[in-house]
Amino acid sequence: MSEKTLVEAINECFHVELERDDSVMVMGEDVGRAGGVFRATAGLRDRFGPDRCVDTPLAEAGILGSAIGLCMAGWRPVCEMQYDAFSYPCLDQLITHVGRYRWRTGGAMEFPLTIRMPYGGGVRAPELHDDSPETYYVHTPGVKVAIPSTPADAKGLLAAAIREPDPVVILEPKLHYRTMRGEVPDGEHVTPLGKARVAREGSDVTLVAYGSMVPLSEQAADELAGEASVEVLDLRSLKPLDEDALLASAAKTGRVVIVQEAPRVAGFGAEIAAILAEKAILDLRSPVLRVTGYDVPYPYWQIEDAYMPSVERVTDAVRKLLRF
Amino acid sequence: MAQVLPDERELRRVIGDGDTIADGEVEGLGEQELVDLYRSMVVLRTYDERSVVYHRQGRIGTYAIFWNHEAMQAGSVYALDRDDWVFPSYRESAIGLLRGMPVETVLSWWRGHPSGWWNPLDYNVASICVPIGTHVPHAVGLAWGKKLRGEKTVAVAYFGDGATSEGAFHEGANFAGVMKAPAILFCNNNQWAISTPVSAQTAAETLADKAVGYGMPGVRVDGGDVLAVYEATREAVERARAGDGPTFIEALSYRAAPHATADDPSAYIDMERVEEERQNECLGRYARYLWRIGVLTDELEEQIRGEALQAMKDGIAAAEAEPSADPELVFRHAYVNPPPSLSEDLAELKRVLGNE
Ligand SMILES: Cc1ncc(C[n+]2csc(CCOP(=O)(O)OP(=O)(O)O)c2C)c(N)n1
Ligand SMILES: [Mg+2]
Repeated sequence: MSEKTLVEAINECFHVELERDDSVMVMGEDVGRAGGVFRATAGLRDRFGPDRCVDTPLAEAGILGSAIGLCMAGWRPVCEMQYDAFSYPCLDQLITHVGRYRWRTGGAMEFPLTIRMPYGGGVRAPELHDDSPETYYVHTPGVKVAIPSTPADAKGLLAAAIREPDPVVILEPKLHYRTMRGEVPDGEHVTPLGKARVAREGSDVTLVAYGSMVPLSEQAADELAGEASVEVLDLRSLKPLDEDALLASAAKTGRVVIVQEAPRVAGFGAEIAAILAEKAILDLRSPVLRVTGYDVPYPYWQIEDAYMPSVERVTDAVRKLLRF
Repeated sequence: MAQVLPDERELRRVIGDGDTIADGEVEGLGEQELVDLYRSMVVLRTYDERSVVYHRQGRIGTYAIFWNHEAMQAGSVYALDRDDWVFPSYRESAIGLLRGMPVETVLSWWRGHPSGWWNPLDYNVASICVPIGTHVPHAVGLAWGKKLRGEKTVAVAYFGDGATSEGAFHEGANFAGVMKAPAILFCNNNQWAISTPVSAQTAAETLADKAVGYGMPGVRVDGGDVLAVYEATREAVERARAGDGPTFIEALSYRAAPHATADDPSAYIDMERVEEERQNECLGRYARYLWRIGVLTDELEEQIRGEALQAMKDGIAAAEAEPSADPELVFRHAYVNPPPSLSEDLAELKRVLGNE
């Protein structure tokens, strides 16, 4: 174990996985010479050479489209999208090919590619550096999605994605890249996809969250200490989803608030709420509430705090349920 | 079919070096016009240099520096009519100043304040485009749409060398060619896309070569030579207005500053080369030219710089005097007819914030 920031944990994962498997390669804008604009890929080009850590032309559709072909040639490409909203040009390739190619080959071929990107707001940045695009990805059949909330999981989930035979998208909470530190297992460390984590045990209400909403939910739980015993469930992986953990926590507390940074309509919180309605209705003692971003473009940063789910909005929702 | 003629591989230049390369001249530019151009460049340079200081002082957020890009921006805009449209990227954030946009508007944009978002119709300057190359089709669409209406408007899209790798650039360029849109695709080739050199961006010999495939002329110009930029753009404008369709202009320059305030180029750029480029930066080149031909005086230079600096001082004061933005604005402007759920959300937010 050693203490690392979230982005250092990602970087370490790369060093371990590229060493372990020489078919793993990293590609993206500024990942090589600069080591990534957040330094997630620092040192890889020097250590593994420019063919295994590739500075690509500035073209997200080209990056992901060529990654499909690289898979066909036996590589395991890890594609960096420089920012959440700059991944959008790759969606065409993602939807029309990444999620369908294996199916199209009758299961004959595997596409073990990984897409990773920094995501989320709160960083006081110009437009389109703040999005939470998980819905677009998770809604695409054939594609898996994981979102770490701690340095250890950032390392472990990325390793799992790289080793996974299916395409996986990893969204990394950029707000916490450098500000969050935590103990990270040294060497090989894999956090299996599809296993949620109880970040905090409680008995009155469950906060379901992922990524940067996990620490926020923990803050809300602190705020409510003495008032309610709050469980925080960190999903870690949206697809595959750990339904057992979700249903177990809902059965235990009977009250669920879903905290999601992305806009509300048809966001992943709606999926969670639907699963609870389908499979946990008799365990619930109150409606399921969502605290989310709003259905508007992510605002200019001077008012971004009004958009982001806040501790106040989460505690407000919890209190509503307790009064129900 | 239009082509890149072999001689167009040569960089067009007007300004000499005061030594072995003689100064040229641009027809139609008198003393007044030459001074106007100088003023535009000083306005931009002052904006840029002050912004870097304001960033350090915490008065604006992350900022994309455009030092040494002023000749490309000022020279090309000067070749346009007021009715013509400009589609800037983040690198041309302050280009609206050349169309009378207040300094505080641009500063507010970089301050993340809603008063930094302007009405494009006020200046015929579109919104700052952050996702690379995605605005190229917008400019082409505007030019095409104006043509369909029988208007003589030209639209210019500004983008970088890196942008020529994006699909949106290629699709936009192709539309421009097919629709014979009166558009100018103005590529600021500063030879870097953050840490990626242009040599890793394309295998083409020049970026202007890209024009060939889209059936439009590709022109190469020294992007540090404001007069050459002006002249090349003016020709492209004339072609566009005459109904001869789009032009691709590759303006070759050098990014002699970090990509943005958050960037440390020493990790990937040869800083000696940067220093060389800084010695040859575009404003100094033009000023020396104006001195050589006897247009610039100490007095005039001081006056123009003084005015630009004062405008910045007033601008940052005005930007900082803006009342803090109303969180309600989060819910505004996304729709003409907002779905009812937005007013529910607003009511909830106000209650939680205790503003109800
Ligand atoms: C679609 C998209 N991908 C990635 C980025 C991140 N990014 C911002 S600037 C930049 C480099 C752009 O280089 P270039 O086109 O040469 O323009 P310059 O910044 O040099 O003016 C990149 C990759 C972005 N803004 N948009
Ligand atoms: Mg560039």
